[in-house]
Amino acid sequence: MTNLEKYIDAFVKGLELDESLVKSGLAYSEIENWDSVGHMNLIAELEEAFDIMMDTEDIIDFSSYDKGIEILAKYDVIIE
Amino acid sequence: MNFYTDLDKYGKNLAVITDKGEQLTYDAFLFECDNLMGSLISRRLLFLVCNNSLESLVAYIGALRKGVVPVMINAGVDSQLYKHLYEQYKPSYVYAPRDWEAIVEDVETEQFKKLEDYRTFTLYATDCAEEYELYPELALLLTTSGSTGSPKLVRQSYKNIDANADSIAKYLGIVSSDRAITTMPMSYTYCLSIINSHLLMGASLVMSDYSIIQREFWTLFKESEPTTFGGVPYIYEQLKKLRFGRMNLPSLRYITQAGGKLSKEMAEEFNEICEKKGIQLIVMYGQTEATARMAYLPWDHAKEKAGSMGIAIPGGEFSLIDVDEKAIDEPEIVGELVYRGPNVTLGYAEGYKDLKLGDERQGVLVTGDMAKRDKDGFYYIVGRKKRFLKMYGNRVNLDEVEGLLKKEGYECVCAGVDDNMKIYTTAVADEAHKNIIGFLSKTLGFVQRSFQVTVIDEIPRNESGKVLYSALN
Repeated sequence: MTNLEKYIDAFVKGLELDESLVKSGLAYSEIENWDSVGHMNLIAELEEAFDIMMDTEDIIDFSSYDKGIEILAKYDVIIE
Repeated sequence: MNFYTDLDKYGKNLAVITDKGEQLTYDAFLFECDNLMGSLISRRLLFLVCNNSLESLVAYIGALRKGVVPVMINAGVDSQLYKHLYEQYKPSYVYAPRDWEAIVEDVETEQFKKLEDYRTFTLYATDCAEEYELYPELALLLTTSGSTGSPKLVRQSYKNIDANADSIAKYLGIVSSDRAITTMPMSYTYCLSIINSHLLMGASLVMSDYSIIQREFWTLFKESEPTTFGGVPYIYEQLKKLRFGRMNLPSLRYITQAGGKLSKEMAEEFNEICEKKGIQLIVMYGQTEATARMAYLPWDHAKEKAGSMGIAIPGGEFSLIDVDEKAIDEPEIVGELVYRGPNVTLGYAEGYKDLKLGDERQGVLVTGDMAKRDKDGFYYIVGRKKRFLKMYGNRVNLDEVEGLLKKEGYECVCAGVDDNMKIYTTAVADEAHKNIIGFLSKTLGFVQRSFQVTVIDEIPRNESGKVLYSALN
C-alpha cells in the first residue's frame, strides 16, 4: 500500500466513510461522521497505519484532509 | 425566590462569554432574556432547539423567568425524532437556529408565524390550536433516552432546578469569580446543571459549541480563562489522549466528571494528574430524573475512595433496598440505590396530556442502579437493574433498541457494555449485519464501531418466553 492509500484507508475506517467521500476538501464537522468521536478513531487509525504517536497540537490541528497531509509530513510521512 | 428571577443582583458581573468573543454582564444578559421572551404567553410550551450559543442561553433563562416551559432539544437531533416529539407535544412556540432543517417546511407553508429574529435564531408561534393545561410547578422538560426515538420527557419543577443548583454550588464551593466553559450540549442535564449553578452564584459561562479535540476550543480556553469544566467518561478518554497532564492551563481550579462511571484506573490516573496540577477532580453521580446531581466524591477523599461515586449532595440522602424493598443497613451489601431529595423530579411525560400531571414521585427516586455502601458511608455503583447502556454519556434503553430493530424486521437481542453495544441475531448474512449496524448508527447517532453484531443459533429464552440475557455471554 502506498502512503496515500494508507491515508485514505485510515479515513474510511476511522470515520466509517465511503471511499468516494475521502478527498481534498473533507473537513471536521462538515460531515456527520467526523465528530469528536470519529476524530479520535481517525487519529488512532493514522497512528497505527504509520506507526507514529501524534502530539496534542497536531491532534487538535488535524481539521481537514488537506491539513492532515501537512501535519503527517512532520512525522516524515509523505503523502503524494 | 428562584435563582433565575434573582439574577439582577449580579448586575455588573460578567455573565456570558461567547465563542465569538462577545461579553455580556448580567444586566445586559437579562435584558436580552426578558426582551426575547417577554411578549410570549406564560404557561405555554416552547420547543427550544439549542446549541451552545448565547441565543440558546438567552431563550432558556428568558423562558424560566417568563414561566414559559421549554423542551430542550439538541439542534443535532434527527429530524424524524423531532417531528415525533412535535406531534406528541404540540408546542405553542418553536425557537430554532435560522434555516434549521426540520422546520423549513412549516416555515415555508406558513404554518409557523415568525415572531422575532434574534441574532442567528428565529422565534415562531406554531399553528397548534389545542390549548392544554400545564402543571403550575412545571418548569422544564428534558429528553432522557431521546436517541431511541422515545418521546419520553422528564418533568422538572422550578423547585427541582433551584434546589439542585443550590446543592451543587454548595458542594463545589462555586464563587462569583468562577467561570465554566461548556464541553457538552446544553440540552443535556449535566451541562444545564453547570449553567444553573454558576448563574446562581453570579459566576460566568463560556458558551462554546467546539469540541475539546478542536484547536478552536483550546484557543477560546486560553483567551477566556475558565476555572472549570465538566465531562462524561468519553471526554476523559479524549483528555487522556490529548495528554491533559502536560497541558498548561493555569486558570483551571477544578474539573467535574459525571454521565457514567469513570473506571477506577482512570479515576486514579486523573486524580494524580489533578493533584500535580493543583486542581481538584470531583467525581459525581446523577440522573435527569433527579434534575441532575445526586452524589459527589469530595476531593479530600478522591484518592482513598477512587472508583466511588461518593456521598449524597447537601439536602439529599441515599438508601439501599433489597429485592423485597427492605432497607439494607449493613455495609458492603449490594442493593438498589434509592435517593430522596428536593431535586427528585415530578415524573415522566409521553405527550402533552401528561403535562398537567403533578408530583408523582414525592421526592423519592428509585434509581435502577445497583450499589453498595462501604463502612465509611461512601457509595459504589456495581451494576444496573434496568437494561440500558450509557453511550458516550447518553442513556440508551436496550429494550427500546430491540423494538426499533424489530420494526425494521430484525429479530435481535441487545446487550454489551457502556460505549459498546452488542447485538445478537440469528441472521447469518453479512449484508444483514451491515444493515443492522448502519441502521443503529444512523438512528441513534453513534459511530458504527460502537455496535458489534454476533450470530447466535437461537435467542435463548426461558419457558415463559422471556429472553435469558445471562445466557448470551
